[in-house]
Amino acid sequence: MDLQTLWFAAVAVLWIGFLLLEGFDFGVAALLPVLGRHTSDRHLMLRSIGPLWDGNEVWLITAVGAVFAAFPGWYATWLPALYLPFVLVLFGLIIRAVAFEWRHSHHTPAWDSSWTWVITTGSLIAALGIGAALGATTLGLPIDAAGNRVGGAFSGLGWPALLGAVAVLTFSLVHGAMFLALKTDGSLRGAARAFARRWAPVAALPLLGWAAVVHLRYGTPVTAALWLLAALAVLVAWARIVVGREGQAFAAWGAMLIAAAATIFGAAYPVVVPSTVDAAFDVTVADASVSDYTLTVMTWAAGFGLPVVLAYQAWTYWVFRKRLTAEPVHEEPVEAPA
Amino acid sequence: MDVLDVARWQFGITTVYHFLMVPLTIGLGILVAVMHTMWVRTDKPEWLRMTRFWGRIYLINFVLGVATGLVQEFQFGLAWSEYSRFVGDVFGSLLALEALLAFFLESTFLGLWIFGWGRIPKKVHLGALWAAVIGSIVSAYFIIAANSWMQHPVGVVTDDETGRPLQVDFLAVLTNNTALAAFSHAIVAALMVAGALLVGVGLWHLRRRKLAEAPTTDVDHTVWRRSVRLGGWVSLAAFVLVALTGDWQGKLMYEQQPLKMSSAEALCETEAPASFSIFAWGKLGSNECDDVHSITVPYLLSYLAHGDFSTAVPGVNELQQEYAAVYGETYPDDPSFGDKAGEPIDYTPLLAVTYWSFRLMIGMGAVSAGVAAYALWATRKGRVPTSRIGVYGALLAVAAPFVANATGWIFTEMGRQPFVVHPNPDVPVEDQVYFFTAQAVSPGISAAEVWTSLIALTLVYGALAVVELWLLTGFVRRGVTTGDGAPVPGSTPEGTPDDDVPGGANGPRSDRDDDVLSFAY
Repeated sequence: MDLQTLWFAAVAVLWIGFLLLEGFDFGVAALLPVLGRHTSDRHLMLRSIGPLWDGNEVWLITAVGAVFAAFPGWYATWLPALYLPFVLVLFGLIIRAVAFEWRHSHHTPAWDSSWTWVITTGSLIAALGIGAALGATTLGLPIDAAGNRVGGAFSGLGWPALLGAVAVLTFSLVHGAMFLALKTDGSLRGAARAFARRWAPVAALPLLGWAAVVHLRYGTPVTAALWLLAALAVLVAWARIVVGREGQAFAAWGAMLIAAAATIFGAAYPVVVPSTVDAAFDVTVADASVSDYTLTVMTWAAGFGLPVVLAYQAWTYWVFRKRLTAEPVHEEPVEAPA
Repeated sequence: MDVLDVARWQFGITTVYHFLMVPLTIGLGILVAVMHTMWVRTDKPEWLRMTRFWGRIYLINFVLGVATGLVQEFQFGLAWSEYSRFVGDVFGSLLALEALLAFFLESTFLGLWIFGWGRIPKKVHLGALWAAVIGSIVSAYFIIAANSWMQHPVGVVTDDETGRPLQVDFLAVLTNNTALAAFSHAIVAALMVAGALLVGVGLWHLRRRKLAEAPTTDVDHTVWRRSVRLGGWVSLAAFVLVALTGDWQGKLMYEQQPLKMSSAEALCETEAPASFSIFAWGKLGSNECDDVHSITVPYLLSYLAHGDFSTAVPGVNELQQEYAAVYGETYPDDPSFGDKAGEPIDYTPLLAVTYWSFRLMIGMGAVSAGVAAYALWATRKGRVPTSRIGVYGALLAVAAPFVANATGWIFTEMGRQPFVVHPNPDVPVEDQVYFFTAQAVSPGISAAEVWTSLIALTLVYGALAVVELWLLTGFVRRGVTTGDGAPVPGSTPEGTPDDDVPGGANGPRSDRDDDVLSFAY
């Protein structure tokens, strides 16, 4: 495997890692108004992702950084083509981040519920926006021969973006519910399990659909097998959550994402930004890549750095592995539906 | 304004704003880690209180730095795609390494520190904070290495095929002398920010307590006193180091970007020996150097530039001609230069900006050092100052090192214009790598789009600044917990590991306010 292919795979792994990790904290945040009807449940939900969301978000920064580092031509085509949508994603990520920390810096019910609402809104915007961006970069953007967007500010937001947005959101919702079922106890655990049981089969459809479209357009027998694996994983995840095996269900649902995303990236390779104007304008790995020297340097750095990162991140998950239970403090009903 | 100008304002506003949080994160992180270390070693309650009080301020600020830092990583692609394409072989890998080697460390271990009180062994918990702080410092190193490469591109050759820089020596990029000087300067400047905060807040609390006739024997008194002493000494020591590293940077700048330093002095004609300007008047805004008059100190500039009192320092007028002769009188008549295509190139940075930002940087640094010296003197041998002017002055002067940090960056970034990647004079002209700011902006985006994001981001940032300041002032006013057996993190019974409120799970909410690092999740 040459270095460009290796780095394409590395970028894919980073995006998968991001969706796998941030996916559950997006989901938990989005489910706050659905499953967190009582203050204690909402606090429990926030506690479950509190120590983890920031580390999860670094996967996004690293994924974008790796796109820039290995494929500046991809970075410089993709981002400006979706200028305002990306700014909206940043807005969502910013308000969400400050809400996580500022929410508990002052104590009144109104303050608390406002910032909780901000966490939900910011997470929804970010999940939808990142999904849209990924949908667009795997299914097509209106770019010309020079890699510049044609059409207006929103010409990049066609059906591929919509499909990606919905797929990432619905995946995250069930992923978050399964995470809560795994991490918490009491009534919240039951509610989260019921949510996952009811929605898992439906929630997988947009992602499987997206993977199917990319496969049908560019796919190989390998991506066909990966797609079937993803579909199988959905069934396993659903069957396991039905019988209450939360750990296995969570793992299977994660495996579904890995297989589906591998289908998408594997089929799209070597195209990184397909052009909807003319296939001749497609940006490929070879067009977008940096020199072999720079890729070699980064391969060494990542080869040493990434295992260490994985080790200590896994360790923090281990430290916070215990199921959380609601605190036996005052139960206040939510004053207004968020 | 065209896309280029709007995009520059956007980059300037978002970056200066981001860099208000960054030095506080770096400087205060180091000091909180020291406090925590002292607590682990001595078990004295005042060190614990200090760790928790200053730790909370560190965290409130940290998150805004993280949130605004996200914008930084995206905006090179969003608004500056031609720049990103041009520098891709060098610049992107430094950002990626920053994320991989620094941000993961920072965010993962900070989460562990926040939620690890009483849950992991004391020393491991302390190690988590140090890991996060080291992450911040490493991140500063990579991003400054990236910036310094734009100031002084090393380790590259020009790719004949694309005309873009091709990286040939990664180690040279990492050990760029510009980067080493700027990194050390930025880290000690960050310590001045943290030191000033400790001094200002500590003095204010000491005075308030004295006027309220609070005891001087309790833990709280020790906390504030120690904060002032620690902050004062750190500020003073950091100021000396800031001056030394700044001098190093100045000498490099004279070799690498002579026009930047001469503009900082509004030095029009070459002088030998050259004088240092203290104050300038005249039409600095016209950007015509000859319209400027200033009060000067003879010989000093020659010393700052070369370390002796005689060597000539080239003036702006002469350098402007030299640059024009080498890099062209006008921008190439090419669409990639947008509105600037075919226009004459002004190689002199905006004199009013370079001149005054340079003086503000030095002046505010000196103010900060002066306040630190005053605070140390006023609190000598257990004294507590009650001077209204002194104490409120110190509180106001918390802003000084922030201004110094911001103006320092404004100076160095504006001083490199009209280049975004400044040519490296150590390299023969024909092999030099350089890039004009005018050709860096994304060609596909409209001014309306950039206006939209500029206005939206500025409004959001403004709102966040209001909340952050309100939270911080409220928190600072309340101060540390007052005695009376507030729960001590780390002494939590083993039986309640899932409790994020160490020792205080059953307490009413008002008690929890006191628990500085406990979060009511």
